[in-house]
Amino acid sequence: MTAEIGHFALILALMIAAVQSVVPLVGAHRDNAEWMAIARPAALTQFGLVAISFGCLTQLYLSSDFSVLNVIQNSHTTKPMIYKIAGVWANHEGSLLLWVLILALFGSAVAAFGANLPPALKARVLSVQAMIAVGFYLFMLLTSNPFERVEVPPINGQDLNPLLQDFGLAIHPPMLYLGYVGFSMAFSFAIAALIEGRVDAAWARWVRPWTLAAWCFLTGGIVLGSWWAYYELGWGGWWFWDPVENASFMPWLAGTALLHSSTVVEKRDTLKGWTILLAIITFSLSLLGTFLVRSGVLTSVHTFASDPARGVFILALLIVVIGGSLALYAWRAPSLVSTGVFQPISREGALLLNNLIMATAAAAVLLGTLYPLMLDAVGGDKVSVGPPFFNSVFIPLMLPMIAAMAIGPMLAWKRADLKPVLARLWAAMIAAVLAMLAVWAWATDGPVMGVIGVGLAAWLFVGTLVELAGRIRLFKVPARESLRRLARTPRASWGMTLGHLGLAITIAGMSGAGAWQTESVQAMKPGETVTVAGYDFTFDGAKDGQGPNYSIVRGTFLVTKNGQPVATLDPEKRVYTVTKRPTTEAAIHSTFWGDLYAVVGDKDKATGAYVTRIYFNPLVAWMWGGVLVMVGAGITSLTDRRHRIGAPAGRRVAGTAPETVKT
Amino acid sequence: MKRKHKRLTFVAIALLLLGAAAALVLSAFEDSIVFFYSPTELAEKNVVDGRHVRIGGLVKEGSIKKGEGAVTLFEVTDLSNTIAVSFTGLLPDLFREGQGVVAEGKLKDGVFMASDVLAKHDENYMPPEVADALKKSGQWNTGGNPPAKEESAK
Repeated sequence: MTAEIGHFALILALMIAAVQSVVPLVGAHRDNAEWMAIARPAALTQFGLVAISFGCLTQLYLSSDFSVLNVIQNSHTTKPMIYKIAGVWANHEGSLLLWVLILALFGSAVAAFGANLPPALKARVLSVQAMIAVGFYLFMLLTSNPFERVEVPPINGQDLNPLLQDFGLAIHPPMLYLGYVGFSMAFSFAIAALIEGRVDAAWARWVRPWTLAAWCFLTGGIVLGSWWAYYELGWGGWWFWDPVENASFMPWLAGTALLHSSTVVEKRDTLKGWTILLAIITFSLSLLGTFLVRSGVLTSVHTFASDPARGVFILALLIVVIGGSLALYAWRAPSLVSTGVFQPISREGALLLNNLIMATAAAAVLLGTLYPLMLDAVGGDKVSVGPPFFNSVFIPLMLPMIAAMAIGPMLAWKRADLKPVLARLWAAMIAAVLAMLAVWAWATDGPVMGVIGVGLAAWLFVGTLVELAGRIRLFKVPARESLRRLARTPRASWGMTLGHLGLAITIAGMSGAGAWQTESVQAMKPGETVTVAGYDFTFDGAKDGQGPNYSIVRGTFLVTKNGQPVATLDPEKRVYTVTKRPTTEAAIHSTFWGDLYAVVGDKDKATGAYVTRIYFNPLVAWMWGGVLVMVGAGITSLTDRRHRIGAPAGRRVAGTAPETVKT
Repeated sequence: MKRKHKRLTFVAIALLLLGAAAALVLSAFEDSIVFFYSPTELAEKNVVDGRHVRIGGLVKEGSIKKGEGAVTLFEVTDLSNTIAVSFTGLLPDLFREGQGVVAEGKLKDGVFMASDVLAKHDENYMPPEVADALKKSGQWNTGGNPPAKEESAK
């Protein structure tokens, strides 16, 4: 019965979404308030229905109802409770249900809290949201029904892929989807604005919190995935330029650009057409990401069983959404008139440079990700495009951008002079040179990219602090006055400062981990010692154990440095009882300067030795910490006063945008 | 600057960026695209030693041998031709005889020195490249294996 209720609720949600996608839109066109007013109850009801549907699927998982195909394929009675819940979205059908749940949640949030939106804009936004939802409901009901029953229920299920039975990965998909779907709000607002033919500061202010929230979630989701790959796959790496990773990284690049260009629309009333285009591109890349990962085109951990009907539907949906919105853009964008003018050397110019580089980088990643698929589709050679390609394209593109990131925030709006700004950045220049010299002295034979990366990180970090010092007029005015200015700095400005500082820390971490990783692979017998990066790892043998639904072989390493004990590492090799699949659990000890990382492999029966793999990964903690600072920066910016008090209707109010008066 | 000039400046910067990106992409494509060969193609196409390629097929039954230290030797076959592979390190959890496998590395004196080995996290799974290679050599007999769950080792 539960499955049927869930299925039926989903069908009803489709019906409501169909009405919601047409009636308010027509109402807005005819200026009919009653028709427009349908959007609000429709969006709320739609969310209620999807929530019921999602609740039903969760209940089926919790009660291990093996008459439902989806539960059979992804669950088992012995699976721990948390993975029974996570199992709901750890499969193709369930993950789509989570997608539409979040979509409906955001739509209902606009309906419930969007009282200060102009009614026509609100009606159009909710209509566009419902159109996206219709596409997804149809896709689910026609090709991927999570509530499908089987005639003869088995006694038990087939269990969830053990790789996915992990806490980090349990919350990775919801985070990522909150990001992807959050960008659908920017998209809906962009389409609504195109239909209305009007984009102004108020519009940018409504879009900004959604974009910011989506960006925070997407950043968090990406880093969770990366962190999972780092500790679960046991290869000592954290980013592999795998197509699946790229699928989430492309919307991030475009979304970051959107975040910056929407500031320009809000403050300077220019770059409107570009911002609208970015909103469309960002959501299109989110859709592409969702489907690239879920459709079975790419083979990876995420790809579930593929079905040609799904592929065709997905392609059609992508063509309608992306093609339709770009066509609308081509038709309506010329009517968006920008009033703000600016010189190339100005804050706007710097933000535009950021946008151009981010967009180029996203395009390059897209090309590298799709090229093997396209070549294969036209019957060409089978090729793979791996890290060497992305590193040699992406990194050179990012270098000038990071260099410019320290300068941009110090430029005045409209027109600026580069020379005094560069003169004020002398401290950053000295910091960069010192950092590079220090790194070079520490590892003279290391890759040159590591030295450059650390130098750029120091340049950006100190440059951002210089900008903050300039803003509060540190040492120019009495300290108390500086503190008062610091306290009065708007949260949005803190967001920028913290975000850039976080990126600087992340870059330092990535440079360290990328350039100076030390790896040692060997067969070890109990009692043997290897030395990696100055640490002595003594293998203390391995013991068997038992987990809730898996058996364990747990190795033990005693780590010492100069005879002093540092840590005990217990890497595991697990074999899941139901699927008989093994997984590797790396043991990691994080320190400020680097991670000690150990993996234990199979036992060689002849010699009694275990294959072990030991890494020293420098500065990895900086990378995670830096990303956390970036997410925190986004949240700080989100709490800015002007988002709370709501946007003034259609008109700029002096004083709510303090940054504009600053030079 | 006049408005028209300003717009020209931006267009010039954008074109410069795109040009630079295109140049980067093209030069990277030249060096870093990795071609896939089946053991048969490897034999036919005379792939030169030292070129970075991917190979794929089935791990031949009874071919896995432990070498010195962490070295593993095995053979990859598409059931018409076979290539010897040497790999140093931890193999993926699902690496097994009779399973589909993709290895990335270089040829050296007739032995494929693998730097990466990819195996799939599903008993029935066959990497699409391997399935195609088997179809080409006329040895394909089961159809419709779902792609799933990749795992790799360096």
